[in-house]
Amino acid sequence: MKQDFKILGTRPIRPDGLDKVTGKAMFGADKSVTGMLHARILRSPHAHAEIVSINTAKAEALAGVKAVITGDDFADVENSATRYTMQNCMAQGRALYDGHAVAAVAAVSKAVAAEALKLIEVEYKTLPHVTDVDEAMLPGAPVLHEGVKARTLGDDVSGNTVGYYSFGHGDLETGFSEADEVIERTFKTAAVHQGYIEPHACLADLGGDGRGELWCSTQGHYMVREVCSEILHIDASQLRVTASEIGGGFGGKTTVFIEPVALKLSQKAGKPVKLVMSRDEVFRASGPTMSSSIDIKIGMTKAGKITGAHAKLRYQGGAFPYEMVMMGAMSAFAAYDLEHVQAEGWDVMTNRPKMISYRAPGAPMAVYAVESVVDELCQKLGLDPIDTRLLNAAREGTKSSYGPTFKAIGLVEALEAAKAHPHYSAPLAPNTGRGISCGFWFNFGGQVSVSMAINADGTVSLIEGNPDIGGSRASISMMAAEALGIEFDRVRTIVGDTASVGFSDVTDGSRVTFAVGIATIKAANAAIKEMCKRAAKIWDIDAEAVEWVDGAAQPTGHNAGDFPPMSLAEIAATSGKTGGPIAGHHEGAPDKAGVSFGVHMVDVEVDPETGFTSIKRYTAFQDVGKAIHPAYVEGQIQGGAAQGIGWALNEEYIYGEDGRLQNPGFLDYRIPVASDLPMIEAVIIEVPNPGHPFGVRGCGETSIVPPLAAVANGVAHAIGVRMFALPMSPPKILKVL
Amino acid sequence: MRYLVAKDSREAVALLNTGEDARLLAGGTDVLVRMKLEGKTPDLLIDIKEISGFSDITTENGGFRIGAAVSGAEMGEHAALKAMWPGVVEAVELIGSTQVQGRATMVGNLCNGSPAADSVPAMMAAGAMARIEGPAGTRDVLVADLLEGPGKTKLGKAELVSSVFLPAGLPKAGDAYLRFIPRTEMDIAVASAAVSLVLDDNNTVAEASVVLGAVARTAVFVPNAAAALVGSKLEPEALSACAAACAAACSPIDDRRGTIEFRTKIAGVMATRAAKIAFRRAGGKL
Amino acid sequence: MSKIHVTTQVNGDAVEFLCAPDETLLDVLRDRLNLTGAKEGCGTGDCGACSVTIDGRLVASCLVLGAEVEGSAIETVEGIGTADALHPLQRHLLEHAALQCGICTPGIVVAAKALLLQNPDPSEEETRYWLAGNLCRCTGYDKIIRAVLSAASELRGENA
Repeated sequence: MKQDFKILGTRPIRPDGLDKVTGKAMFGADKSVTGMLHARILRSPHAHAEIVSINTAKAEALAGVKAVITGDDFADVENSATRYTMQNCMAQGRALYDGHAVAAVAAVSKAVAAEALKLIEVEYKTLPHVTDVDEAMLPGAPVLHEGVKARTLGDDVSGNTVGYYSFGHGDLETGFSEADEVIERTFKTAAVHQGYIEPHACLADLGGDGRGELWCSTQGHYMVREVCSEILHIDASQLRVTASEIGGGFGGKTTVFIEPVALKLSQKAGKPVKLVMSRDEVFRASGPTMSSSIDIKIGMTKAGKITGAHAKLRYQGGAFPYEMVMMGAMSAFAAYDLEHVQAEGWDVMTNRPKMISYRAPGAPMAVYAVESVVDELCQKLGLDPIDTRLLNAAREGTKSSYGPTFKAIGLVEALEAAKAHPHYSAPLAPNTGRGISCGFWFNFGGQVSVSMAINADGTVSLIEGNPDIGGSRASISMMAAEALGIEFDRVRTIVGDTASVGFSDVTDGSRVTFAVGIATIKAANAAIKEMCKRAAKIWDIDAEAVEWVDGAAQPTGHNAGDFPPMSLAEIAATSGKTGGPIAGHHEGAPDKAGVSFGVHMVDVEVDPETGFTSIKRYTAFQDVGKAIHPAYVEGQIQGGAAQGIGWALNEEYIYGEDGRLQNPGFLDYRIPVASDLPMIEAVIIEVPNPGHPFGVRGCGETSIVPPLAAVANGVAHAIGVRMFALPMSPPKILKVL
Repeated sequence: MRYLVAKDSREAVALLNTGEDARLLAGGTDVLVRMKLEGKTPDLLIDIKEISGFSDITTENGGFRIGAAVSGAEMGEHAALKAMWPGVVEAVELIGSTQVQGRATMVGNLCNGSPAADSVPAMMAAGAMARIEGPAGTRDVLVADLLEGPGKTKLGKAELVSSVFLPAGLPKAGDAYLRFIPRTEMDIAVASAAVSLVLDDNNTVAEASVVLGAVARTAVFVPNAAAALVGSKLEPEALSACAAACAAACSPIDDRRGTIEFRTKIAGVMATRAAKIAFRRAGGKL
Repeated sequence: MSKIHVTTQVNGDAVEFLCAPDETLLDVLRDRLNLTGAKEGCGTGDCGACSVTIDGRLVASCLVLGAEVEGSAIETVEGIGTADALHPLQRHLLEHAALQCGICTPGIVVAAKALLLQNPDPSEEETRYWLAGNLCRCTGYDKIIRAVLSAASELRGENA
């Protein structure tokens, strides 16, 4: 594996930076075209209701209204997953949660569209609803969809239970019998939202001939194309989707909510349609993450060895069948090398918006519960929390709790760095506690396409298919420059639309720097091969007798030294005469993404009179394999930590008895603000991933996993009482003091 | 909706009196949010910022008159006002973000009628008077006497508050305002307290006023909490009696921002902490 | 609703527009003047992405009516710095990698510039409280705060 890098590890200015600090960058809602209509969506005020009738006549008659649609406008689709997505975008027959779309309008202005919504008459017949995961699992609970219950489950759980998974090995009874101390606890965590600052937005133009253009804020424009073309019954080739700059996603923009609606309205009106969600709609009708109810049982010897571990995870994922608890069950005990372990999980539907990914989806709550119990065991047995974790830590060769055997991983290195850090030995002020937690994420590979052109002036144009959500164009340009042996600013990477480069999976799973990176290196290698061929042609020697060193072709073998090296720019300049344009491309589906572990350490102070928790110091250690652009790696670690702190302390979806969301805004859905946080020190650990030529691991998601338990453990030490539910908002803390 | 700029308060009152659904616009940080969230507009929006005097902070009888269109940021930048009534100014400055401070007004905060309004307890503790203009002319009433209930004031038909008068501060006096919020910024008060104190020559509390916010249908005076402080130098017994009186005065609600139990517990904490700040500002030593 | 004619100044240029009485300044900037640098993250003054200044005063443009800015001078992010001559704040934000998605960045630039005009030497705490109304979900604020403080330092001539 390459070790001596010229460009990797430096901190160049990102290529899209200038546009973003001057307001020029075009996000989802920033594009307009002449003749465009504005759309609005009418949403259910009920948690669960039969839609008896919808009368759109008055709205259609309003001057300026060009199209009104309801669920009836969408023809059925064969694929059940796509059908659910479609029905999440526009209810058919039943409204399944507060905020579920029931109709939409396109009109000449926002004001007319808003006026038209008020003229749509919907007759609802309310139905019983359920929003809590434990209640939703009980036999007799209102069932969201019949016939989708997991086949392996019996009558002890309701039909809302759509998935069951179990991972592990060994024998739990044996494991617990070997323990000196066994602790069993039940936890609850609230649903939280990704909280991206940019609401979903799109501009759709779909003609009667089935040809369409769609501009939208998404983590995956190919995904949007596939889903929308299926829902609209048009050919994928006819729908060109362009990803705007994306104003945050964190997993929340890995599906569609409004794009099929805008396309259908455009088709019906025969004009381009712009559709932008309000913040209230984002909270009520996009895809928050799961709430959970979790049982954890862990046994430990006096020396700190974990002898047995069992997790039961019950996740609430909203109004349609979904699969995500599996990720939690696989993550729960991933940090530990265990002989007897089992993690089980149940996916459950409720009358809430359907969940979608949120940064390491499914892992934070599972790991929160596990790491809380590990901390309690250490407390009870008088053990050092880092030493204990080191004693049990997964390492290269460990058979993971979810099956595979780990290759080179960096958990031990992260724990050792944490132990050696001055933070760990710093004295603590009164009412302050220090919490530690491990965290884990798998990281994905997946399908990817990269096309690289060597321009005649010696610059490089690279097209890739993954929306840049946090600086990936910089890291991809850096990897291209490193692979080609040229300067960073000679490369320009752009995110192509769906017609300009091959399919690419969604920007998720911390996969972009890994997978697009591999494709970029392979595309560069293809271009290098061609450039060597051109040099060989010019020199009139065998192509095999040319090698690529430091950005130039040079003769090798018995021709070595016969000609001076010929740079990329020189080869490019004559390419028109040596065989035409030079390019490289790669399409593939790399795996071996390489898992990533992190360890977070936090000092929290709890006001004993109010239950208010403040974060006094925060240090995060994470193995990232190889940090391409360390500043953006630090940013990923800091951002995930901040989101996890919000999850731990104040963020929650609050539902009333009526099943309606009570806090659909940034006023009462309380994400951390600048004054809530201290500086967050990010310590980068680099244990190279053997599955990537430069050693890269994904790094974006692991950072949200440890903060929940780190903060909870800190609070437990600060107040001497352990909390078993998130968020640990001040009223809950004061109650136990 | 029509938008009109009133040239003087008489015109504003006349516009309020047309029988249309009319609302006043000063900083707009409540009225525009409500229009957005409720998705409906009044018939008439009357901008009062151009009215002479409405954007001024003026001295009067040793105190300050704050016009209805004066923003929180302007109050915070007024050194003399801040020196005399630091508690009132800090209360106003807690309303919303820096951006909101650029527009939000103290009078708007009062007229919005929220039980959690930050400036209201502080104004009450300061003995602030609201000047009311209406069809029957001008009258001055104590801010405390304007409060009615959530979203309601005792303003009559077509009446508006043109300014608030903060009386001259006394020697050896101090005021303070504290609120509890789940974060450090950007939240609505879950419980709050304003305390205004006057000390005697021995630095013993001679006069006290304690007002709680967000724990009842309106901000409320707590005479027993004030009485507990009078005659003390904020010894622990006096403070705990003050806190107990605050708890007894609470009749809050459970909502997404806090529970009855929580609000009742922390009201006294806010009051005693505010009392200590006011005491120091008055020249007392703890 | 009949429209209102407004004469104002945006980024130093005289501007006239017609707007509906209930149209926000943010909508006017974005939809009528094609200045899309200010973003709508919430529409209720809770996120700061729409920050602009009016006569030098920092406001949330979603909580201002277009009709209210008659005779005012408005500054938006488009009026701060150019590609050739970035404002030090913009340059330090880039150098510190203080943006990930970048949607909050225009609001941060406008709000931080207003801070430094009022307080050229803010403490970390003052900076954090001043920017508390500018939500950022990507960065955890660390690099933003560092960028603002180091830009302030440069503007004071300390590390030019």
